[in-house]
Amino acid sequence: MIEMQDVYKKYDNGMIAVKGISVKINKGEFVYVVGPSGAGKTTFIKLMYREERATKGSIIVNNFNVTKLSDQKVPQLRRQLGVVYQDFKLLPKLTVYENVAFALEVTEAEPKVIRKRVAEVLQKVGLTKKAKHFPQELSGGEQQRVAIARAIVNKPAVLIADEPTGNLDPDNAWSIMDIFNDINQDGTTIVMATHNKDIVNTMRRRVIAVEDGVIVRDEYGGDYGYEH
Amino acid sequence: MNINTIRRHFRESFRSLGRNGWMTFASISAVTVTLMIVGVFAMLMANVSHIASNLEQDVEIKVLIELTADAEAEQQLVNAIAHMPAIADYEYSSKEQELATLIEDFGDDWKLYEQSNPLHNVIYVRALQPKDIPHLAAEINNLSNTADVVYGEEKVERLFDALSLARNIGFFLIVGLLFTAVFLISNTIRITIIARGDEIEIMKLVGATNSFVRMPFLLEGMWLGMLGALIPMGLTIVLYHQLYDVVAPRVSGQLIELVPPTPVVYEVAGLLLLLAIAIGVVGSFMSVRKFLRI
Repeated sequence: MIEMQDVYKKYDNGMIAVKGISVKINKGEFVYVVGPSGAGKTTFIKLMYREERATKGSIIVNNFNVTKLSDQKVPQLRRQLGVVYQDFKLLPKLTVYENVAFALEVTEAEPKVIRKRVAEVLQKVGLTKKAKHFPQELSGGEQQRVAIARAIVNKPAVLIADEPTGNLDPDNAWSIMDIFNDINQDGTTIVMATHNKDIVNTMRRRVIAVEDGVIVRDEYGGDYGYEH
Repeated sequence: MNINTIRRHFRESFRSLGRNGWMTFASISAVTVTLMIVGVFAMLMANVSHIASNLEQDVEIKVLIELTADAEAEQQLVNAIAHMPAIADYEYSSKEQELATLIEDFGDDWKLYEQSNPLHNVIYVRALQPKDIPHLAAEINNLSNTADVVYGEEKVERLFDALSLARNIGFFLIVGLLFTAVFLISNTIRITIIARGDEIEIMKLVGATNSFVRMPFLLEGMWLGMLGALIPMGLTIVLYHQLYDVVAPRVSGQLIELVPPTPVVYEVAGLLLLLAIAIGVVGSFMSVRKFLRI
């Protein structure tokens, strides 16, 4: 599903964020990526959907050779992944419904299919009643649920999340995790970078710890392992 | 790109006009103001050009035939002139006709001369190219049986110089104005798009292709151009018609005359529209481009 071989990422400013990561994540897995701030978690995740390009090494995601992917093919890759961000990244001038529909519109899906599928995922994240609202009218938790709905509306093979609970209170964080758990049960691979110790220690899954650009621990059912 | 997608792009472009209200207003205003100035200048130029070519057409060479020339010699001269490649047409006028014109223009006092007409028989010659006149006049003067060749030498030459200067200056002004318009309008559009750079980034992250992101912006640029062009187009057409109705009767029969509104105003209006659309689309294209690299 996701396979990285000896991946390096050096930014233009000279900082080396990832220093030789090799990892294999299988279909249907649920993986936490943990580690101190600035350890390279976000870069590690951005490399998967090609927001950042690897300087060296090979990355295969869902049969796409990401490191060799041409710019024209990047949208194809991204349509097979769902990405959820800490700051939600919703389109401010589109309603909840339109934000979710957008991810399908870019694939040029039939309007009939779009309506049906958007209704389904809004139901799944419990936001059917807020479909006509704009993002700024929603709470943080609700906004993140919209972002998740958008991420899964394409039925992606992999859901990638970068600190999805980082801006949320514990209740909202847990409701997000419930949704993730559901999606994972349906067979979607989930890779989630997080700082949330409670979640990692309570909902035990595979834990990959990144420090200073390298993987220092890779443990099934592991704990968070840091004190904050 | 299927029909649903195209429909979506259109819908999206209209919706965006409404949701970005003030930015839309700013862009349309920039188009309106600049195109109004362009419109005024274009009409000004059309008139300068019209007046210039009218004046040029009016200039003719007057060939005075030697008093001693008999009918056969006159005919030879006429033939020689008629065969010159640079002339547009010519007209023979006998000294009796010349005197009749004088009497008509300046009054019956001139009837005194009917007894003994001191005038020359004359050939009026028009040149194909007004700038050839001095050269043509000299050439005709070299033919036999010409007493004199008159075309108001220095005045005509100075007039031509002045007109061609006016045309060149006008041309550069219009080009300069167009550059300013393109710059001003695409800058305004750029600001509105920069304000939406995050949106474009998000679209790309969700898997939109560049052309998918770009299309609604290009359409939006087109609408901005079209909406901005409406007032300048209307004003050009209406105001010039009114100006023409007021000014034309007062200057009729004089050397200077205005360009008739049809078809010039419609051509200028069409040009303004095309210009506005082109600027809108190009401005959007350039502005979106830098946000697509993600």
